[in-house]
Amino acid sequence: MRRPVPVRPTRALALAGAAAVSMSLLAACGGDDGDKASAADAVAVTATDDSCEVAKKDLAAGKNTFKVTNKGSKVNEFEVLKPDGSILAERENIGPGTKVDFVVNLSAGAYKVLCSAGQTGKGPTQDVTVSGQANGAGDQRLTQAAAAYKAFVITNVNDTIAKTRLFVDAVKANDVAKAKELYAPSRVGWETIEPVAEKFGDIDPKVDAREADLSPAERKTWSGWHLLEKALWKDGSVKGKGKVGDQLLADLGTLKSRLPGLTLDPVNDMAAGAKELLDEVATGKVTGEEEAFSHTDLVDFKANVDGAAKVYELLKPVVQQKDPQLAKDLDENFAAVGALLKKHEKGDGYESYDKVGKDDRKELADAVNALGEPLSKLGGAVAR
Amino acid sequence: MTDAGSQEDARERTGAPAEQGGRLSRRRMLGFSGASLLVGAAAGAGLDRVASAAEEKPAAGGSIPFRGPHQAGIATPVQDRLHFASFDVTTGDRAKLVGMLKEWTAAAAAMTAGRAIGQGAVGGLAVAPPDDTGEAEGLPPSRLTLTIGFGPTLFEKDGKDRFGLKARRPAALVDLPHFPGDNLDPARSGGDIAVQACADDPQVAVHAIRNLARIGFGVVAVRWSQLGFGKTSSTTPDAQTPRNLFGFKDGTENIAGTDRALLDRHVWAAAGDGSGWMAGGSYMVARRIRMHIETWDRTSLREQEDIFGRSKGEGAPAGAAKERDTIVLARMKPDAHVRLAHPDSNGGSRILRRGYSFTDGSDGLGRLEAGLFFIAFQRDPRTGFIRIQQSLAGDAMNEYIQHVGSGIYACPPGVKEGTYWGQGLFEG
Repeated sequence: MRRPVPVRPTRALALAGAAAVSMSLLAACGGDDGDKASAADAVAVTATDDSCEVAKKDLAAGKNTFKVTNKGSKVNEFEVLKPDGSILAERENIGPGTKVDFVVNLSAGAYKVLCSAGQTGKGPTQDVTVSGQANGAGDQRLTQAAAAYKAFVITNVNDTIAKTRLFVDAVKANDVAKAKELYAPSRVGWETIEPVAEKFGDIDPKVDAREADLSPAERKTWSGWHLLEKALWKDGSVKGKGKVGDQLLADLGTLKSRLPGLTLDPVNDMAAGAKELLDEVATGKVTGEEEAFSHTDLVDFKANVDGAAKVYELLKPVVQQKDPQLAKDLDENFAAVGALLKKHEKGDGYESYDKVGKDDRKELADAVNALGEPLSKLGGAVAR
Repeated sequence: MTDAGSQEDARERTGAPAEQGGRLSRRRMLGFSGASLLVGAAAGAGLDRVASAAEEKPAAGGSIPFRGPHQAGIATPVQDRLHFASFDVTTGDRAKLVGMLKEWTAAAAAMTAGRAIGQGAVGGLAVAPPDDTGEAEGLPPSRLTLTIGFGPTLFEKDGKDRFGLKARRPAALVDLPHFPGDNLDPARSGGDIAVQACADDPQVAVHAIRNLARIGFGVVAVRWSQLGFGKTSSTTPDAQTPRNLFGFKDGTENIAGTDRALLDRHVWAAAGDGSGWMAGGSYMVARRIRMHIETWDRTSLREQEDIFGRSKGEGAPAGAAKERDTIVLARMKPDAHVRLAHPDSNGGSRILRRGYSFTDGSDGLGRLEAGLFFIAFQRDPRTGFIRIQQSLAGDAMNEYIQHVGSGIYACPPGVKEGTYWGQGLFEG
């Protein structure tokens, strides 16, 4: 998992019932140095601790710049809500007395804007109506990519649940050899789509926390894969750990139940997620910290890379058109990392990472850096 | 009793009044550097070099021209801080390497002028990572220089001519021989390309290396790097010779960055030297020299001074009163450092030294992981560093130092407008 950071409650996520994937491309492209061109006819929003005034309520479809001024005393948060109440886009941390430009791409429809003083997710709202046809907005290829990616996420969560079930069965039988064998495969689906799962701040710490990252108090309620990993490899027994296994399955079930309503954005979720997957590899896997006891880091490594590769594959038609050199770099570097991983294949899986020497680790780290750098440019290329 | 006695000795030799020693020299140093900028030319003979150095030296924080006949960072007055990095080329694709060198050149030109890379740290798209990493925003150029060099392995590695450059390897770019006492760590030695970043602000130097490394991902990977926090050499003879971590002034006789005749003779490679593309360039030797600080500190002052061949306070050569008094080698012990390193002991060999002190925390045994990151530029390492280092085999100082990292690099001549680093090598 990612290093623990203060996580916001799940309400920050779009958990609407609607299965449709919305296009909030450029949703997070806010900030004072935002889009100056469209800032000319920006929509002024004045937020106070108990009000949310919008200067213009009939908006044209396409890129809209909200110029949000916080005249209140608390830190404010500005949200654009879809008709079903789920969040289309949000801009957090607007300090008292400050002003930000926040660009949101809107298609025709009825929306609400919300100002949340104190950033509780609650606050006064205003209705806005968007009409017309956005020029250039809503690239069909991106809509399709987002839909395909969502299907990919669901497939992987299903896969991880199915394999975790087998793993948990072995744990319950205290069949240590079998459980060890099933441990790494059970995590592959999870590791492939991990940034999406991390959007739900409550699930990741429950299923994928590493002991070393927890405070003494948190260790008392430690759960998930890595607890079982330690029991299997360090203690050599998972006797009485059946409950941990059941909890793991239950938490993954919760993740699965939330997926249908999930809104995934090509830039902010897909491309940023691919970059995060490589970050995971660079900080957790290359160092061997993720699987401190089982040393199955290379299995996770491969899953992370595959997850990033899937994102790229889906966005590739757009990247090839907008930045062909980037597409070329990504093709080459995904291939290079793949070839390097192949060197470490062993049986159905990979070499134990404690057997991977310093020179090989350096080689892997170099390849990950070489891929991570162009991958960090994917979002910008798609948004351009 | 003996201690007191040797202290008296030292004072006598340095000629400094007993109660003023350290304080006086520090005050003098401060006053002097101020004078060199403000009223440098006021006084008569002997100070004319002060004036010319002051003209060359931009105001604190200013910029050093990136382009010119020679690369900056060699004859340039030594800046306060160093970040040195050695890179391995990770691609076999020559075109990619050349492409990166072009990108590096543009980035180096921008950074040395105090500008950010590309669209800067905040100028780009909000959903894309910024072109520049940003930690040098708002800082002056700080006399940043970036100096590139090519290691032997770029020309040939494990018998392979990787980039079709084998035939262009200069004869002077030899593999350094093993010197007695060497304990080189391969992970801190060698490398295909080296970049020396020097600046008066450490953040500016680190920013430069960090951004070059970032641009290079996929083409090069950092093999090793070294931070240096204090200069140990001066190429401006008027300035106070800095002290190394042994507390001594070393390199008083360094080549002055303004002495064109000496530079041409000992530092700059010439067209007739064998490699046309290196004309106007220089060869850099870098050595990570660990100092055994703790045992040194337990050594008596007399022995320390004998080892160096200079007094500790003034830096005067043995038997003389002032730092720049004529050196009489015969007055020094036969194994004194200055005596063995001196041109007169090495057939007239001279090198331009540009080393920095380093301290990388401690070594796990409670000792400072500290020393000298030695950098020298010369026209030909065979008659420069190698010659001198061989004669230092009997150096009394060797008991207190160990060479633990090493590199040799061919630094091409300066970059002209419209050309890139190493263009002469790849396209000549």
